Formats: sequence, C-alpha cells, structure tokens
Amino acid sequence: MLVLTCHACGVTAEETEFHAGGEAHLKRFGPGSSDEDFEEYLFMRANPKGVHFERWRHANGCGKWFHVARDTMTLEVFGSYSAQAFAPPEELLSRIEDRRPGWRGQD
Amino acid sequence: MKKYSVFAVAREAMRHHTGWNRAWRDAQPKKRYDVIIVGAGGHGLATAYYLGKNFGITNVAIIEKGWLGGGNTGRNTTIIRSNYLQDPSAAIYEKARSLYETMSQDLNYNVMFSPRGVIMLAQTEHEVRGYKRTAHANALQGVTTEFIGPERVKQLVPIINLDGPRYPVLGGLWQARGGTARHDAVAWGYARACSDMGMDVIQKCEVTGVRSEGGKVTGVSTNRGDIDCDKLGIVVAGHSGHLADMAGFRLPIESVALQALVSEPIKPCMDVVVMANTVHGYMSQSDKGEMVIGGGTDGYNNYTQRGSFHHIEETVRALVETFPMVSRLKMLRQWGGIVDVTGDRSPILSKTPVENVFINCGWGTGGFKAIPGSGWGFAELMAKGQSPLTDAFGLNRFQEGRFIDESVAAGVAH
Repeated sequence: MLVLTCHACGVTAEETEFHAGGEAHLKRFGPGSSDEDFEEYLFMRANPKGVHFERWRHANGCGKWFHVARDTMTLEVFGSYSAQAFAPPEELLSRIEDRRPGWRGQD
Repeated sequence: MKKYSVFAVAREAMRHHTGWNRAWRDAQPKKRYDVIIVGAGGHGLATAYYLGKNFGITNVAIIEKGWLGGGNTGRNTTIIRSNYLQDPSAAIYEKARSLYETMSQDLNYNVMFSPRGVIMLAQTEHEVRGYKRTAHANALQGVTTEFIGPERVKQLVPIINLDGPRYPVLGGLWQARGGTARHDAVAWGYARACSDMGMDVIQKCEVTGVRSEGGKVTGVSTNRGDIDCDKLGIVVAGHSGHLADMAGFRLPIESVALQALVSEPIKPCMDVVVMANTVHGYMSQSDKGEMVIGGGTDGYNNYTQRGSFHHIEETVRALVETFPMVSRLKMLRQWGGIVDVTGDRSPILSKTPVENVFINCGWGTGGFKAIPGSGWGFAELMAKGQSPLTDAFGLNRFQEGRFIDESVAAGVAH
C-alpha cells in the first residue's frame, strides 16, 4: 500500500484515496505532427526499472492532479511536486541522488 | 530421453523409483547458437520447441535469469479459453487452445489439461450485448461458444447466486472446450522436449546487454559471459521494456502488478471456470480443492511482484456476493506477477528496429492460455520472417492505428 502526499492540498493518505495517471512529462503531439511523434506521445512509455516520475490524482479528496517521484523496484516514494511543473524540481532530484547514488535523471 | 509411460511407472515401482533421470540437462552456455531465446517461461520455451519441431532449428539456447517457469508462467490462474472478439486474437488463442488438447501426448508430459468449460458472466445489460456479439463473432471465426441464460448458468454452477443486488447474473458466454492446465507442467514439459532435441536450457543466466553491429544483432552479454547468435528472441513479459532498452528501441508497454490468491482446500464444489469481468474476479477449483481466484491489475507501474491489498479486497468482496459460500473460506496464499500491458491490450509478436531481434511480449493479464499458439506463431516468424498467426500483432500497428482492440471488447478482465 503506497502512502502519498497530495501536493495540492497537503493531505498524506493511502493510495486508495488516489488514482494513478501514468508517466509524467509526456510532450503532447497533436494534429499536424509526424506519425512517429504522435505514436511516441500516445503509446511509447519509459516504463523504467527504478525511478519513475508519474501523475496522480487526489480522486477521493481535493480532486487535483499532482506529480510523484517513485521507485518501481522498491515502491519507495521520493516526494510530490506541482502538476504545473514541466520537470521535477532540482531539490527532489538531489534527494533521489542521495537515496540512489549514481542515478542519472531521465530525459 | 526416457519415455514416460505406464510401463515406466511399473518398472520404477519395482526398483524403488531409483531410475528416474533429470527431465532436462543443466546446460552450460556455449560460445555461439543459431538462435537465443531470452526467457524460459512458457512462451519462450514453446517458441524454442516449435523452432525445433516445425523448422528443424535445434542449435538453440533458452536463457533465463531466474529459474524455469518462475515468472508469470508459475503465477497465473491457469485459465485456457479462446472466446475473443477480434479475428487475429481468436486465431492465435484458438490455435493455442487446440494445441493444449494434445499437448500431454505431443510432449509425453502430463500437463493436466482439463477442458472443463469456461463461463464469462454477463452482469450488466452492456455485457449481455457484448457477449452476444462475441458469440456471433466466434461463430464466424470457427470458435465454438454460446450465449447462455441464467438458468443454464445456475445448472452449470450450483453455488452461484443469480440475483445479487449489485451484480445480478443475466447470462454468460460459455466455451465448453475451455478449461485449465497445470501451468508449471507446461514449462517443464516444453523444457524436457527442448533439451531432448539438443537445445540448452540455461538457468540463472541474466542478460546484461544486447550486442549488435551495423544494426544487426551479434549476440548477448550475460553474467556468465558473452554468447553469440544469429537471431535473438526476447520473450520476457514484464521485463520487455528493460530488454528493449538494452537492444536500443522502445516499446508501447507498461509493467504493472497482477495478483491472485487461493483458498484453503475444500471438497469439489465448482467444476467449471467462472469469470466475472464487471467486478474483476475469476475463480476455479484446483485439483487439490483450493479455490483459485484472480483479480484486476494495480494502476501504477511496478516491478516488485507484489500488489496492493485493496485490489484483493475488491475482488473478494465482489465474489462473495456472486458466490455467498466463499465468505466462509480462509485464504491461504496471495502473490503477484509483473504483467506487460500494451495500449490496445493485445500482444506484440514482431520484428524490431534491430535486424534479427524479434520480440514476443504484451500478453498482459492473459498470456498463459496462449502459450502454444504464441510459440507456434513466433517460431514461424523467427524462422521465416513472417507468420499468418502473428502478422497482425506487429509493432508498427501502433503507428498505423491498426489496433487489435480487446480492451473495449471486454475479452479479458483487466
């Protein structure tokens, strides 16, 4: 059972209160883009073994979306950050680096 | 290989069972093979078996980072059926189901295939329409299924409660030739047959890199040294993205946990498989008497082979309404497996951007039933470059928008 903290309202709760929203920071390609870019946006996923940045929604709470950094091999949650961020904050990346020395940030 | 038979059992009984040999050789990796299959689960072993049996390619290694059949092959709920909506799915799953019927004889290994029949319950009006449509599609595909009413469901499953307040049983899609098989035995039987053809089944051999030259594969690096090959087949289910990353391409796949559980053993009470897809629960009774129960997947990416308890709770809560007697059962064990889920919930059996690297993955929550058909088609793809069974399942379908959409067809519990 994951315990997550909603970045929007600050509530810390079990995962039953949240809804997983998949990989974060996907770049949207819409009409007019190439087939490759559209496929990349719609279907291709990093699916890493290890640190994963993802979207969650506080579905049974404030209803807001936010971002989480989590390890898919250990289920360790590194922290939450704003849904409006285009990339994980530097402070979170260095916290992950402390926990996972040698870990390289994803694109 | 010594043939297993009633005479062999009698002979061994006379000498206190001292004459049984290992079922397969514990092989050491050679320098080079014609074909390397990564992943000694059901799909990988079946691929190797049909490469040898149908195409005479026997200089093959099947390498496995853990132990044989220790991944999803040994973790599923062993259901076999082929009542899918889309034509390409019905073709490959029906091929698999028909191969299961003679598998014990073909492999000379008892896989305990039990064609006891599978019912998929229709518990909403939407499902009734959906399953009637599937039954019609199946008739055109040559797959024998039938839509049955609630009285027939009750006749087949006396322990069922037809008029649950939330999920009344309105009918069901019945496939009489579906059933279950012993999942470990499928892996063991294939491994024994592969080893007998001279193939090397190499356990505790983890791939750490895929080597290629000029866009063409030359071999793999492993924790037991480099191994060269002409062709490479990647058949590693939940870990496909990881292997694809080593080979240098991406996949439209996410890995999530799927859980199952079994109850304490009880006397025979249900001799068919029942799936309830609206509530994400399915149940059958094993030969030992345990009720084998499977549920839905977790929503988030996960490689830990364990899932969240509340999914088990939801599954059991729904099953208790449909099967009231289940409420008195103690659950004995619960486990999880890492399943590889694609965007359209259909598998990928395909060539890849790296020449001579082939991938068989994306079976998601329902791969066990497909093992022989998947191996049959994938072996043909690897040997000849194409196969009528796998043509529709190429990687390029995501770019071309040519989906095999079983996710909306409700062919499976997701």
